[in-house]
Amino acid sequence: MYNAEKVIPFIIILIIFFTIPMWLNFGRLEAIPQPELPKEEKKCVESKEYMRAYHMKLLDNWRKKAIRENQHLYTASNGKNYTISLQRTCMKCHTNKEKFCDKCHNFVITHPDCWDCHIAPEVAKKWQ
Amino acid sequence: MAIKRRDFLKLTGLTLVGTAASAAVGDLLTRGEVKAQEYATPPEALKGKRWAMVIDVKKCKEGQKKGCGKKCIEVCHYLHNVPSIPDKKKEIKWIWEDEFEHAFPEQTDEYLEEIFKDVPFMLLCNQCDNPPCVRVCPTKATFKREDGIVMMDFHRCIGCRFCMAACPYGSRSFNWFDPRKYLKKVNPEYPTRTKGVVEKCLFCYERLAQGKLPACVEACPEKALIFGDLADENSEVSKILKERVALRRKAELGTGPAVFYLID
Repeated sequence: MYNAEKVIPFIIILIIFFTIPMWLNFGRLEAIPQPELPKEEKKCVESKEYMRAYHMKLLDNWRKKAIRENQHLYTASNGKNYTISLQRTCMKCHTNKEKFCDKCHNFVITHPDCWDCHIAPEVAKKWQ
Repeated sequence: MAIKRRDFLKLTGLTLVGTAASAAVGDLLTRGEVKAQEYATPPEALKGKRWAMVIDVKKCKEGQKKGCGKKCIEVCHYLHNVPSIPDKKKEIKWIWEDEFEHAFPEQTDEYLEEIFKDVPFMLLCNQCDNPPCVRVCPTKATFKREDGIVMMDFHRCIGCRFCMAACPYGSRSFNWFDPRKYLKKVNPEYPTRTKGVVEKCLFCYERLAQGKLPACVEACPEKALIFGDLADENSEVSKILKERVALRRKAELGTGPAVFYLID
């Protein structure tokens, strides 16, 4: 290899440069978002793991079924029935969008536009 | 150059391994997903094959004389978070009032105009049988439900306003800006709309799913608005329409409106 004494250090510098965010946050646990969970209700529509990974898929299916197919009732895998509605079902337990939704969404810099139309409970309260 | 038998067998083997591997990876990607998800129409929901509305304009007039305060508009616009925008060109309306000559411009009988001079006509989306707005929508944001309601999926609306150009009744309104600024009070059970979206009356599909009548029908103190299933012979709307004279707005266009105005 030509110029190995220059190329290899430079590759190492590049790797370090691109992984800077990882090194800077290394071992800093407080960076992990802690969304506020409802106090009264212990169980969500589906299991915690499922909701964590697939809530966006579930919500999208809910929209399709309720709006496009007029099926407003969801039967969860444990047999419980839920009315399909973001504002009338989800946000009755998760009573604060800022302390729940935004915690993770801001952390991963994703900005879903749900709340352009749907009214977050804390926003509705301020309105009245 | 022809492929050698040896190479062919090698490739076949590789393909098999690849297929098996991709199946395994696919399983990994969808692990933890709930397989059996069930959706249904709620048992309490009102079921119909062709929802329609009959409006008794004489009762409406009486009600306004007594001072009903146009409860239908007030309740509808509160429940659905419809803003009141003073600028007529940018206003948003789901149900509104107009005069006979504007509601029925094709009626050339000048005596009719005289008869209905002071009669209020409540106008709303006609939930057509053959809705022109649905035909022109490029994203299927507006579509026809099996029970006759011309539905809007606000999530899909891109604000092209083709539907507004197509609708012969002016039933659709466009959000030129964020409508929330013009909402004095808000119903936390229903969303608002956002800038760049078209909206209209949806025959209270969300209330029908809860087994309730549309908000305007329930709110009217004179019972001038009657809601029911046209496909059902014994429904109130079917019975009334067999006995009394009703007009439909611009029915000659072939849209098949489902809102009837009793004029006798």
